[in-house]
Amino acid sequence: MSRDGTLDGAIDIAAPAAAVLRPAPRRRGGRLLRACVTNPGFLIGLLILMTVSGIALLAPWLFPGDPQDMVAAPTLWPGEDWAYPLGTDSLGRDVASGLAHGARVSLMVGLSATAIGLVIGTLVGASAGYFGGHVDNILSRLTEVFQTVPTFLLVIVIVAIVQPAASTIALAIGVASWPTVARLVRAQFRSLREADFVMAARSLSYSAPRIIVMEILPNALPPIIVTTSVMVANAILTEAGLSFLAMGDPNLVSWGSMIGDGRDLLRTDWFLTALPGAAIALTVLSLNLVGDGLNDILNPRSGLA
Amino acid sequence: MSLLTVENLHTRYVSRGRTVTAVDGVSLTVAGGETVGLVGESGCGKSTLGKTILRLVDPAEGSIRIAGEEIATLRQAALAPFRRRMQMVFQDPYGSLNPRQTVATLLETPLKVHGIGGRAERRAQVLDMLARVGLPGDAAERYPHEFSGGQRQRIGIARALVLKPQLVICDEPVSALDLSIQAQILNLLVGLKRDLGLSYLFISHDLSVVRYFADRVMVMYLGRIVESADHVTLWRNPQHPYSRALLSAVPVADPTRARAPMTMRGELGSAPTTGCRFRSRCPVAIDRCSVEDPVLRDVGAQHRVACHRPG
Repeated sequence: MSRDGTLDGAIDIAAPAAAVLRPAPRRRGGRLLRACVTNPGFLIGLLILMTVSGIALLAPWLFPGDPQDMVAAPTLWPGEDWAYPLGTDSLGRDVASGLAHGARVSLMVGLSATAIGLVIGTLVGASAGYFGGHVDNILSRLTEVFQTVPTFLLVIVIVAIVQPAASTIALAIGVASWPTVARLVRAQFRSLREADFVMAARSLSYSAPRIIVMEILPNALPPIIVTTSVMVANAILTEAGLSFLAMGDPNLVSWGSMIGDGRDLLRTDWFLTALPGAAIALTVLSLNLVGDGLNDILNPRSGLA
Repeated sequence: MSLLTVENLHTRYVSRGRTVTAVDGVSLTVAGGETVGLVGESGCGKSTLGKTILRLVDPAEGSIRIAGEEIATLRQAALAPFRRRMQMVFQDPYGSLNPRQTVATLLETPLKVHGIGGRAERRAQVLDMLARVGLPGDAAERYPHEFSGGQRQRIGIARALVLKPQLVICDEPVSALDLSIQAQILNLLVGLKRDLGLSYLFISHDLSVVRYFADRVMVMYLGRIVESADHVTLWRNPQHPYSRALLSAVPVADPTRARAPMTMRGELGSAPTTGCRFRSRCPVAIDRCSVEDPVLRDVGAQHRVACHRPG
């Protein structure tokens, strides 16, 4: 053995330079495609979600005019007059138009509430998990305080204080739903901050914001993405509940308010509640299916990755 | 002046109200161009010592000086210039590289953070560093999971060296790799040391690796240095019973050399409050060992040992 040069009989240093790198694995697109094939639930969920989103986007062209306008005789049954394929309600408003415009409200409130909840929850959870100590103590107590109040009650209280508009409802649901995200993100950060690659980043004097955003967050994303779809579903349910109680935006037709309006005619014209109810159920179901599918795709231990 | 001087360093962990002293009064120096080996069994505090020197873990007391400048008490923000001069190679090449970043990002970010060069210059440095560690230039656009363990460790070494440090703390850099790959990585480290004039603090539990690598070797037991000597002296004439036990556990590829294996009793436990911390496992312990804690003393040129009954 020589001490200055190479280990006797050892392989030449240059050898691995020429070694062939492993072929690049299939990209995410391939994984997504395989997930669709192996997980029919995910595919069905995705199709329903895309249909609902498409109807929501195209509502102003499919059903021009205000869905709150009285356009025909009241309580036409579906199929009775093909100009109004899903019938009309007790005031003669087009149910099909209401469902399409209601999809806009539901999805918009669901998405913006989730975005707000994600931003607050990620900020709180990341700070608590990364810094630990007193920061963690204070932020965790704050999270618990918010979690002890039932989400729906908190939303009702907030909406009762501010004006019930779609934007304020989204804000209220977002403010009430962040603790779930915060707890999830905090747990992720607590385990990842001890990872060697975070140690390496610290030893290179990366700043705390850089480590949180560039190093840890990308690795903490998969469970957050999965939670997101369930959060959208919950936000849609909360908005529907609020509108059902006539606490929603009075200027917009939403699925919840359609159920609330149809309630009085439940025994004679049950389709007025059943149709928007089915719309809510389908949308929430599709979001949950997509969430389950994403969990399988993004979880490296599922065998799909 | 030594590049790195550590004096009376203590690191303590508090868990559930109990204080564990992982590093218990360690002093050492690493001179420019020198390789110092640090050996000891798992849990003796050698990794914690490395992380404390880099200030990834805060020291409880003691002094860490880089070229004479004290860094043990500096705030994290003030450490940046010193971290350009000392870097770390981690044990696990799978956990130490961010799986979501390309090799180019992994190597370029340190330069960006430390405000070195423009975009083109940084790119050139990244490619130069890849070539130095024996990786092809097209590795830059790939992700860590596309490489084997040995190649990943090359990336880890490139990241540690991209800031052109003087001292590199290698925390068991080859223990997670296959034997044939270990030799490649060790040869790479030797070559880089020669080309870049590096100093290494080489942490390992593998004595044969340290022997190949280190000019001077320190043996650590339960947070303390129990023996320190140049590698020839330590191998020929180990003085501390713990060093002798460690060395006798190294297999020798020579069947004609019969050796009486030296045995130790028991497991690595917690340090006793009085006397020598090795005495419960020591085959030559006497009454004095349970009363008086031995301190490091000279037993020869550059040879220090902490034992009442050396030899």
